[in-house]
Formats: sequence, structure tokens, C-alpha cells
Amino acid sequence: MKTLLKVDGIHTHIGQYHILQGISFEAREGEVSVLLGRNGAGKTTTLKTIMGLTPASKGAVQFDGQEITKKATYTIANAGIGYVPEDQGIFGDLTVEENMKVAMRKEDEAAFARQDYVLGLFPDLKKFWKKDGGHLSGGQKQMLSMARAFVNDSKLLLIDEPSKGLAPIVVEKVMEAITEMKKSTTIVLVEQNFIMASRIGDRYTLIDDGETVHAGDMADLIRNEEIKRKYLGIG
Amino acid sequence: MKNKFQWNNLFLAIIVIVLAVFPLVSDSRTWTILLTQIFIFSILAMSYDILLGYTGIVSFGHAMFFGMGAYTTAVMLKRMEPTIGVFILSIVCGMLLAALISFFIGLMTLRLKSHFFAMLTLAVSGLFLVLAEKWRTVTHGNDGFTFKAPEFFKDRMMFYFVTLICLVLVYLLLRRFVNSPFGRVLVAIRENEQRTKSLGFNTLHYKVIASVVAGVIASLAGSLYAVSLRFVNTSVLTMDITLDALLMTIIGGVGTLIGPIVGAGVIELAQHYLSGLAKEYPIFERWIIFFGIVYILAVIFFPRGIVGTVREKFWKRKTKTRPLGKEEVS
Repeated sequence: MKTLLKVDGIHTHIGQYHILQGISFEAREGEVSVLLGRNGAGKTTTLKTIMGLTPASKGAVQFDGQEITKKATYTIANAGIGYVPEDQGIFGDLTVEENMKVAMRKEDEAAFARQDYVLGLFPDLKKFWKKDGGHLSGGQKQMLSMARAFVNDSKLLLIDEPSKGLAPIVVEKVMEAITEMKKSTTIVLVEQNFIMASRIGDRYTLIDDGETVHAGDMADLIRNEEIKRKYLGIG
Repeated sequence: MKNKFQWNNLFLAIIVIVLAVFPLVSDSRTWTILLTQIFIFSILAMSYDILLGYTGIVSFGHAMFFGMGAYTTAVMLKRMEPTIGVFILSIVCGMLLAALISFFIGLMTLRLKSHFFAMLTLAVSGLFLVLAEKWRTVTHGNDGFTFKAPEFFKDRMMFYFVTLICLVLVYLLLRRFVNSPFGRVLVAIRENEQRTKSLGFNTLHYKVIASVVAGVIASLAGSLYAVSLRFVNTSVLTMDITLDALLMTIIGGVGTLIGPIVGAGVIELAQHYLSGLAKEYPIFERWIIFFGIVYILAVIFFPRGIVGTVREKFWKRKTKTRPLGKEEVS
């Protein structure tokens, strides 16, 4: 299977802090790669570094065979990477419709077809089409954030903690949507909820103190009680 | 939605008609001049709203573009024939100069975080002020100079109509600009610049264009202002002009376009009446203190500005929870 994203020994500094100290992993085309680890391990910074929001000071990121390490964020996004941040990043003063339109790189038939598809995944968004993004509930914001990333024909989606702070019933909906998205795009998912991550993940990368400490097939991790206990505090 | 838009347009059309008829039925020279000033400052405040209200950029140097327009028009009308042709040419030259300067300043400074940008614009604006003070052969320094306006503007009513037409045209153009996909990206930048970048937008490119548009419109306001006074001096480049634009935008309502027009009206009228009261009541000789109180009250009772608060309370609430009809999803 083709490697779509290759992260090779990246180091990232934020101010004086050395946050990432050697993260390496690969995301293969058509798979869901899950980044696991405790709070503050460096999962979110890894996604931000891939997007160029907190540029790497060392190491390399390759996407679809091209080096993107030093590229500007908008160039990385235009290369085909969609990003759903942890804080959802909804534009509060724009309506749901305007949020979707801003996200569309091209307002063509294909984009509107994808919009219809994504509205099928998140019918709640249809109900609040003319409502300001800032007035949506946490779950609705999460849905809108994912819908915005999916409305473009992104080759890769980076999704950061989609279940964070959401009610179980909403988490279930979000998970169903990610499972649907998985059929047509490659996903790198950051998730604290191991049960959820293990349901949709194909491969995993364990991050601890800014370093990759383990990687492999999700099926192997599900059976490995020792690693789960040591790095995730479960099992 | 369409209905709301039509009512909005009808309301604005009525106001424009009333303002157009006003000088024909009233022979008050004071009111004609006061309204002309309000129109000019409305144009300036709308240009500032593009920066502050739509893009989230705080500039302390907006007066430099106002001053550029004022000086370009004043110098050209003084050194060339004071004709309508030269007046129009001077407006175009002022706009081109403002576009060029705002483009380079934007390109150099808009990469910075907002507070650094604000300080740098203050510094660059200060440089232009010093230049105007020292380049006496052209600007006559702080003393400034008078010049002749085109014959056509001898009648104050004519100039009133010209400024009203400019205000309406600028409003319509800027409304189209902010309601376009480009305008939506500006709002997105204001809301969350990092997120806008990660959606694939080169935000610097958008911010520079917003800065050029704001500079060009401010230059037009400056040209009109100079002709309204038939005089120009370095006061057009001072921080006071920028602060006026900032206050008009904040008090009227940021990110609304109509707000800055209302703000300009409120501030110009308040200045006129409070300073006028000093003739009868000595306490109003310190009218600037009362003016400060008006600002404080406005910010307390209208935190989103007059228009922003009115919209929030009486207008948006009705649309917030309106579910989408099937036909509206494309």
C-alpha cells in the first residue's frame, strides 16, 4: 500500500520549549492512522507541525512524495491536506453556509456534490444552515468543522480529538461519519478515547514526551495489555 | 432573506432621498456644511471598518492615507488650474499614491502580529507627518496653505451633492466587496487567521488587498476634506484623524459599514452641539470632557456599536434559529 504521509524524525520548538523530540510515522493510503498518547505527549503539535502551523526545527515531512516541511500552511492545505483542529476553528460570525463556502477551494459541481454528501452525514447542519457558527452547540461545531474539511477533495484528513467534550450520542455520530469518510480518504486521527480509536484505526503510533515510542497494527495493540497499561493507563 | 435585503435597501434609499432633498428645502448653510463633513468622515470611517471590522487589523496610521489624498488634491489645485478636471485627476493621483504606499507598507508589516503592526503603522504615519512638516516648499509646513476650489464648488450645495454621491457609491462598492467570497475570507481571517491559513488561503495576500482598498478610500475622503476647507495643513496627518475614524467605527458598530456612517454622524453632531453649548453655558467650555463621557456611555450601552447592538437585538435574533428550507441547500 502506498505511503501518503511520511513523518521522519521531526523536532518542534514552541518558544523555548522543545515539544517534539523525534516523531516518526507513516500514513498509508486508504487507512486510518491513530496517534495515541497521554495529555501533553505532543499529538496535537505533531498535526500542527505537519500543517506548518508550528514549523519543524529538524526532521522532514513528505506528503504524496513531496517534501512539505518548510512550506507555508496554505500551500500544504492546497496540496490536499484537510485539517480539523482540536478547537474546531469555527468562524463564529459566519453562518454555517458561509463557513462551508469559505472552506470550498473551488465552488464547482464536484464540491457541491461533496457538500450534499457531507450534509447527509451531518443532517443537523442543514437545520442550522443560516445560523451563525458561534451559536452552534459543541457537537454541531465539531460536525461543521469536519464537514468543512471534507467538502474539499482532500487526499489526507488530519483530525484532532473529534470526541473531546462531546456527549456520547454525538461521539457516536461523529464516529459514524469518520467511518464513512474513511472509504474515500486517508485519515490521521488524534484520539484519547482508546475504545473509539481502536474501532476505526488501522494502524497506531504511540507518542510519549514528544517521541514515538511504539507503532504498529491496531489489532496488535488491542491485544497488547502491557503497552496499553504503560503508555495509555488502561488495560 | 431577500425580503430583508429589499427592506434594507428601501430604508437606505429613503434616507438618501431625504438627504438629497434637504439642501433644496433648507437654506441653513451650517447644516449643509455639517452634513458635508459627516459624509466625508463616513467615507473615512467605512474605509477604517474594512481594516478593523472586517479583517481585524488595528491600524494607528490610517491618517496618512487621508493626508495623502488631502495634500495631493490641495497641491495639484494650487499649482495647476483649479478645474473639475484637475480635481478628478488629483483624486485619482491621491488614490494611486495611497494604493502604492499601502501595498508596500502592508507587504512589509502585515506579516507581523496585530499589536506590532499597529505600532509600525503609527511609526510610518509619524514619518509622513514629519515629511509634511519639513518639506515646506510643497506643504508650507505646519502653517499649511489655502487654495482655490473649482468654480463648480463655489456653491456649497454642489459640493454637498458631490460628497453625498461619493458616500453612496463608496457604500455600494464596499458592500459588494464585503459580501463577496473575498469579504467572507476577510471575516474568516478576523475570526481565526491560523484556521483560515489551514483552509488553504494565503492570508497575507488578502490582508494586503484589504489594506490597499482601505487606503484608497481614505485618500478619497482626504481629497474631499481638503476641498471642503479650501485649506490643508499637517493636521490631516495627525493621530487625531485616525482616532476619529476608530471611534466612529467603534461607536457606530464594527463590521457593519452602516455603523461607521452612524458613528460619523453621532460624533460630528456631538462635537458641533457640545462645542456650541459653550457659548451659553461656561461649563461646556470643557466640552471634550463631556465628549469622553459620551464615548464611555456608548461603549457601556452599545458594546457592539449602535448598529451592531440594534441588529443583534431586533434583527439577527429572528434569523438565528430559522431552519433551512429544502430548496435552500444547493
